[in-house]
Amino acid sequence: MKKYDVVMIGGGHNGLVAACYLQRAGLDVLVLEKNDWVGGAATSRELTPGFLYSNCSYVCSLFRPEIMRDLELPKHGLQVIAYEGGAVFTRDGDYIASYRDHDSHRREFARYSKRDAEAYERYARDVTRQCRFIQPLLMRTAPDPFSFKPRDISELLYLGKKFGEFSAHDMAQTLRFWTMSISDFLDEYFETDVIKAYLALSGIIGTALGPMSPGTAYVLLHHYMGEVDGSVGAWGYARGGMGAVTQALASSFQASGGTIRTGADVARVMTRSGRATGVVLADGEEVRGNLVVSNADVKRTFLKLVEEDALPETFVHRVKHFKMRGSSGKLNIALDSLPEFPALPKNSSCIRGDLHFTDSMERMERAYDDWKGGRYSADPFVDMVIPTTLDPTMAPPGKHFMSCFVQYCPPQLEGRDWTDADRDAFAETVVSQIADYSPGFRDRILHMEVRTPREIEAEVGLTEGNIFQGELTFDQLLFNRPVPGYAQYRTPVPGLYLCGSSTHPGGGVMGAPGRNAAAEILRDLKLKPAEMSPAHDVI
Amino acid sequence: MMLEITPRRALQSHIATPRFETPFHPRIAALSETNDWYTWAGYKAPHSIFDEELEYFAIRSTAALFDISPMVKYRIAGPDAERYLNRLTVRNVAKLGIGRVHYTAWCDDHGHVLDDGTLFRLSADTFRLCCQERHLPWLLDSAIGFDVAVEEETMRIAGLALQGPTSFAVLSKAGFDGIERLKPFQLADFPHEGGTVTISRTGFTGDLGYELFVPAEAALSLWDRLWAAGQLHGIRAIGYAALNRARIEAGFIVANADFMTAETALRADRARMPDEIGLDWLVDAEKVNFNGRKAILEARRNQTLKHVLVGLEIEGNIPADGAIIYHRKKHEAGLVSAAIWSPLAKRNIAIASLTRPYGTQLTEDLWVEIYALRELQYQKMMKRARIVPRPFIKLDRRATSPPGLF
Repeated sequence: MKKYDVVMIGGGHNGLVAACYLQRAGLDVLVLEKNDWVGGAATSRELTPGFLYSNCSYVCSLFRPEIMRDLELPKHGLQVIAYEGGAVFTRDGDYIASYRDHDSHRREFARYSKRDAEAYERYARDVTRQCRFIQPLLMRTAPDPFSFKPRDISELLYLGKKFGEFSAHDMAQTLRFWTMSISDFLDEYFETDVIKAYLALSGIIGTALGPMSPGTAYVLLHHYMGEVDGSVGAWGYARGGMGAVTQALASSFQASGGTIRTGADVARVMTRSGRATGVVLADGEEVRGNLVVSNADVKRTFLKLVEEDALPETFVHRVKHFKMRGSSGKLNIALDSLPEFPALPKNSSCIRGDLHFTDSMERMERAYDDWKGGRYSADPFVDMVIPTTLDPTMAPPGKHFMSCFVQYCPPQLEGRDWTDADRDAFAETVVSQIADYSPGFRDRILHMEVRTPREIEAEVGLTEGNIFQGELTFDQLLFNRPVPGYAQYRTPVPGLYLCGSSTHPGGGVMGAPGRNAAAEILRDLKLKPAEMSPAHDVI
Repeated sequence: MMLEITPRRALQSHIATPRFETPFHPRIAALSETNDWYTWAGYKAPHSIFDEELEYFAIRSTAALFDISPMVKYRIAGPDAERYLNRLTVRNVAKLGIGRVHYTAWCDDHGHVLDDGTLFRLSADTFRLCCQERHLPWLLDSAIGFDVAVEEETMRIAGLALQGPTSFAVLSKAGFDGIERLKPFQLADFPHEGGTVTISRTGFTGDLGYELFVPAEAALSLWDRLWAAGQLHGIRAIGYAALNRARIEAGFIVANADFMTAETALRADRARMPDEIGLDWLVDAEKVNFNGRKAILEARRNQTLKHVLVGLEIEGNIPADGAIIYHRKKHEAGLVSAAIWSPLAKRNIAIASLTRPYGTQLTEDLWVEIYALRELQYQKMMKRARIVPRPFIKLDRRATSPPGLF
C-alpha cells in the first residue's frame, strides 16, 4: 500500500494552501476531501442550471496576496475584482452608503451628520494604524511567550519592537481595541446610530456575540486588515465565485504533482506508539502517511477523529471549551432579474456592494438576544451581495446570483435539532425583510438554497457551522489559538498538525493558517519551501 | 445631530457630482484655457488656468485672483469664544484685536500640530478660523464646558485672494472706499450688492494682497466687480501651481505637504510639535492653559524635540523637490518638502525638515542629493545647501501703508 509523505484531512482553502506549499517543497501529498468537490467553505456550486453559488463564503479580501503569488494562483485562474462600498437601508425610506471615493464618502455621511462625516477620518486612521500593526503578524507563527526557544524569544522581540513603534497612546488603544465591544468603540467616534450600525456589522459577522459584547471590536479589525491589490480594507468578488480560490489552489496543487481524492471521508486518525501514521476512511480503508495534517477545525479533529486516550486531559478540556458557536445562516438565491430598491437613486453603485437592513445598534443587539434564547432572529441582520453585478460568469446575462449572510442563527433551536420546517421559516424572515425594501422581490426568485448551522456543519464540516473555526476573541487569538502551548500548528500527537482557521491567525478566506502550518511542518522536516514569500512590507 | 429625512433625501444627489464646484466655478471654468483641474478638499480647483509660469508673474507684477473657497472655514461665536480659542490654539487670542487677523496653530494633548491657519476676529466674540484640514469633531469636543457655538461655514462663505502689486489699485477702482486704511493683518467690512464683503489685508504670497469673504450667493457679482475694475491693472485668474511658487518664496508651509497633521498621520513618528515645523514663535508660553502646552514645554525643557524646519538655499538651479539631505555627504539629515528656482530671488530655494541636531547644532556642511530625470536618464547631483532665514524674499510693498498703486 502506498504511503504518502503527507495526508491532508480536508480540501478547504487552508488545507489546499498547505498542501501546495508541501508538495512544492518536494513532498508527496494526498488531499482527502469528504465531499465530491474540493473547497470547504470556499466553493462555487451550480445548484440550479446556469447559476454558480458562492454558497458559503461570498466575498474576498483577506486572502493573502503573497500566497496568490507563491502558488501562481493567477495562472490557475484566480481573479479578484474590487467592488465599491455598499449601503444600509433605513426604515424611514432613506439609506446610508459608503463609497471608495473619499469625498463622496464624506458627503454621504454628512447627509446624516457633518460631525460624523469628519469623525470618520479619525476613525479610519485609528483602525488603519491597528491594521498596520497586525497585518505583518498574520504571516508569522505566533510566538509562545512561555517557551524559551530562541525563535520564540526572537519573535517576541519582533512583536515588542513593532509595538514599540506605537506611541503610548496607540499602545493603550491597541489593548482597548482587542477587548472592547464594537458598540463602545464606535460610540467614541460617532453620534449617529445608523452610521454605527453600518460600521458595527464587521464586528459581529460570524461571531456568537452582539455588538455590545466585549471583544467584538477586534472582530471588526479582522475584517479590515485584508486588501485588494494593496488597497487595504477593500473587499472584492472572486471572479467565478469563491470556488475560484479553491479551484485555483487545487489546479496549482495538481500541477505540481499533488493528488486529490474526493468522496473520501476521514473517520479517524491512525496512531502507532502515540504517533500519527495515517487515517482511516469511513468505509474502513486505511491511508498511510508519514505525517497527517488536519484542515478540519480543532473540535472536529480532536473530539471526533483522534482517540481521546492519545491526548492529554487538559488539552481535551481546552478543546471542548474552545468557543466555536454557530451563529449564522445563509440564503443563496438565483434571481430572474436584478432586484430594485426604490430607496436607492438610479446609477447608485451600492447595488454592486454589500447591502444591509439593520439600521440601529439596538436592532442588532435584539437580534442577538433571540440567539441567546436559542431562537433565530425574528428581525435578522443580513449581509447581502449580488456578485453578478460585476461578475458575468456566475449567472446568465440579465439574471443574478444573490448571497445573503444571515445572523443570528443558533446551532439548535431551543435545545432541539433543526427541522426542514424550521429552516423554511428561518428563510422567510430574510425574504420578507428583503421584500419590504424591494417590491416584487419574491417574484424574481428562481431557486433558493437555505443553510442553517445544521446544513453548514453537515456539508462543510465546520463544527456548529461556525465560519471561523472558532470565534475571534482575544482569549482565542495568537498563542491562545486554539490551545495554549499548541498554537504553532503542532498538536499533542507527534506527526499530526493543524492547518485550518482554528489556528493563528484565524478565520476568513485568508490562507495564512495553511501557509504558516506548512512553514512549521517543513521546519520540522528540515526542508526548505520552494517559494514562500515573507509578509509584504507594511511601510 | 442626525438630519431629518427631507433634507437628507435632498442631498442624495451628491453622487452625480462627486466634486463640489466652488461659487466662482462658472467664471473660472470660462477663463480656463488649460482645463487643468485637481481636487482640493473635495472641490474642483484649477491647477493652472492659462500658463502656470505667466500666472506666477501676475502675482508678482500685477494682480492675481485665486479662489480660496475650498479652505475649511469655521465660525466660532459666543461669550466664551475668546477663552475657548485661547485654550484651543497656541497663540494668545486676548492680544488679537477686533478687526485683526493672526496666523496660528493648534495641537493635540501631545503637543502635536493638528493644523495651522488664520484666525479672524470679526467682533469681540465672533471669530472665523480658516485652515486646510477638517476639524469639526475636535472643535466640538473642545467646546465642552464653554459657552460657544462652532459652525462649519465652508460652503456658505466664498473666499477669494487678490494678490499682487496692483491689488490695492484694483480694490480702489472697484469702489471699496476706505481700503487704503487697511494695514497688514487688518480686516474690515465693505458694502457689496446690498450685503457686505469682509476684506482682510492678508495672503499666502508674501506680496501686497487681500483676501475677500462673501456669502456664496454674492460670489459671482464680487468676481465681476473685481474683474471689471482690474482690466486696466493686469488682473489675471490663477491656479494653485502659481500660488505654490509664490508661497515657497514667502516661506509659508502647507499642512500635509511640509508637515503631517496629527490627525491624519498614520505613522506615530510623523506628527510634529510647533517647534519642529518652525512655528515655535506662535507658542505663547505665558498663557496658563492651551492644549498641548505641557507637552511642548516639557519637550523644550528636556530637549527632546526631534526635528527642525529650515529654509535652504541650494547651489545651482535645479529644484530639489523631495530630495534627501546629507551631512558631510554621508549622514542622512533630512528631507526637502518644497523647492523651486525663485524667479524673484534668483536663487534655488527649498523648505526642508532636518532631524536634530542637524539644523540646530550641526548647520554646516549640508548637501542635497538631487535626482533630475532628463530624457529618461537620471542626472545625479550632490549640491551644497546653506540654511537661510525665511521668507526667502521680502517685499516692502507688502507692508507699506497706505499701499502703492503698483
